Amino acid sequence: MSNTAPLLQVKNLRVEFPTRRGTLVALDDVSFDIAPGEVLGVVGESGAGKSMTGAAIIGLLEPPGRIARGEILFAGKRIDNLRYEQMRRLRGKEIGAIFQDPLTTLNPLYTVGHQLVETITTHLPLNPAEARKRAIEWLEHVGIPAAAQRIDSYPHEFSGGMRQRVVIALALCAEPKLIVADEPTTALDVSIQAQVIALLKTLAREKGTAMMLVTHDMGVIAETADRVAVMYAGRIAEIGPVREVVKHANHPYSAGLMASIPPLDRRVERLAQIDGAMPRLSAIPQGCAYNPRCPQVFGKCRELRPDLLDAVTTRAACWLYDTETARG
Amino acid sequence: MADATPMFEVRDLARHFDVSRPFLQRLVAREEKRILRAVDGISFAIPKGTTLSLVGESGCGKSTVARLSVGLYTPTAGAVIFDGRDLAEARALADQRRRMQMIFQDPYASLNPRWRVADIIAEPIRAFGLVTSHSAQQDRVAELLTQVGLSPLDRQKFPHEFSGGQRQRISIARALSSNPEFLVCDEPTSALDVSVQAQILNLMKELQQRLGLTYLFISHNLAVVRQVSDRIGVMYLGRLAELAPAETLFRTPRHPYTRALMEAIPDLEMTGRERIPVGGEVPSPITPPSGCAFHPRCPLANDRCKRERPELKPAGDAMVACHAVEEGRDDAMPMPAIARDAA
Repeated sequence: MSNTAPLLQVKNLRVEFPTRRGTLVALDDVSFDIAPGEVLGVVGESGAGKSMTGAAIIGLLEPPGRIARGEILFAGKRIDNLRYEQMRRLRGKEIGAIFQDPLTTLNPLYTVGHQLVETITTHLPLNPAEARKRAIEWLEHVGIPAAAQRIDSYPHEFSGGMRQRVVIALALCAEPKLIVADEPTTALDVSIQAQVIALLKTLAREKGTAMMLVTHDMGVIAETADRVAVMYAGRIAEIGPVREVVKHANHPYSAGLMASIPPLDRRVERLAQIDGAMPRLSAIPQGCAYNPRCPQVFGKCRELRPDLLDAVTTRAACWLYDTETARG
Repeated sequence: MADATPMFEVRDLARHFDVSRPFLQRLVAREEKRILRAVDGISFAIPKGTTLSLVGESGCGKSTVARLSVGLYTPTAGAVIFDGRDLAEARALADQRRRMQMIFQDPYASLNPRWRVADIIAEPIRAFGLVTSHSAQQDRVAELLTQVGLSPLDRQKFPHEFSGGQRQRISIARALSSNPEFLVCDEPTSALDVSVQAQILNLMKELQQRLGLTYLFISHNLAVVRQVSDRIGVMYLGRLAELAPAETLFRTPRHPYTRALMEAIPDLEMTGRERIPVGGEVPSPITPPSGCAFHPRCPLANDRCKRERPELKPAGDAMVACHAVEEGRDDAMPMPAIARDAA
């Protein structure tokens, strides 16, 4: 990692959902940084809190969800306490968002050109004609053939892969410094997925855009991310350089997750599996949330919750890496 | 294996859908009828106790084949043969119908939320009149739940009390309740998380060994397919591009589309290989390209490929529908890295 100041800092973030039966803690004590030009992958099973983390950063938590503790800093300034209007201005201009389903991101009633031009003129000091020219450039940039003609098409006139490119163009056209991409390729076929990933990587490299890439697809992470955070039951279980986490995970959960991916290069008689399922938010076990499923569980895991500890190559929230425990 | 009747077979199977606009609008706009050829002439056979998988990208027709296979659609042309009998004939007989079952992709949509697990699983037992007494039925439900790794006590619960993986186990228990011999599994794990996917795939393999089941397995995930299949068919735009034993397909993929698909898969081993995206997109099945449907994206395409549609022809122990392979021109396209590493 370079020693430049982080662009995004998430510190001890806690998100709560008040319900009739008490408060559910959806995210607890989540902390990480993203440097300019860096891609942080966030992985985990459904319900682990990956998307919730993204939503909290861009200020789009679904009510009644709210940030109960911690702070989010963007370029050194707090953004978690901004008023709606201030956050709206920041979103789009400084922080772009890409969501899983391109159909819900694009307004079906307007041409893609209209939507791009609107975004560009809102955030950049350009007149509509210049903005239109810029919009065409962006469509070309994301690989849409005959962009000058296609710009006046409606979203439904594009195929799924092309539509996701439009969404990417829309997220990038105001030249944000940070992109929060939530499952940007999940709805796409592998052949199109490869194209979109290649595009995101190129853009991050060329423009120095930082990216938080939320996905459950480890292959996509392995190819794209610089660092990975593995989430489990609303917390970060492990965070570290992508190669270390993917190939030599320290946390038993990350290791189990990686092992359960079916290999492509050989057939195995029986796949490694993690027994059981992730706990519900209303029934998170005491101690380490993973302890009922963990093959290496011991006494302390059932009583105390581990914080992220130094595991040499990565940081892992696991008592195995506690120097006290190791000595004892 | 070779001389026995296959458990399941399709011959020149086709299913077309009329997606035209309403008659009057079409008349006013002077439009032709629009026919979507979801499945357009495919043939394969599955020997008893084995698994055949169909892979392909969305819109290639693999789920339509699944639905044709259990009679949820009727074929436009061709035949579906179940254990030597035409499917329509077999489905008229309850004792034949019970021998085939289907597992669906989305365990959140395929279980009735208002029914208790016991009722969901027992429905086929009741429908086919397999046991008569209530207590025998309850015993059978408990046995099935144990078989799929759930507790017999779960029978009183409702589907919402279970996670996605557990729901898929319930779907499997329901499918098994009529003692079927043939299961059609349409993307049974694609709605599940990867750790749970491994649980379900292991369970399906165990059940196959224990009960001698025959599977038609539909998936878009090549890695999953490699783990479960004896043979694999690669579909593209309603046709089979390649049909081969699983190991052959991964060691020596022949069809340019198969090779391109393998190149496009993200590299988890982090060997640093660059993913080579397949250029272009899957064309519309309403207006498929002339000749070989893959020719606009194929690096080996020539004039013949644009004109003439290739048929599946033997190539080693595989069947490949490609003029380039037939003419021996396929060496021009390198083997995907996955196959090279294995060799």
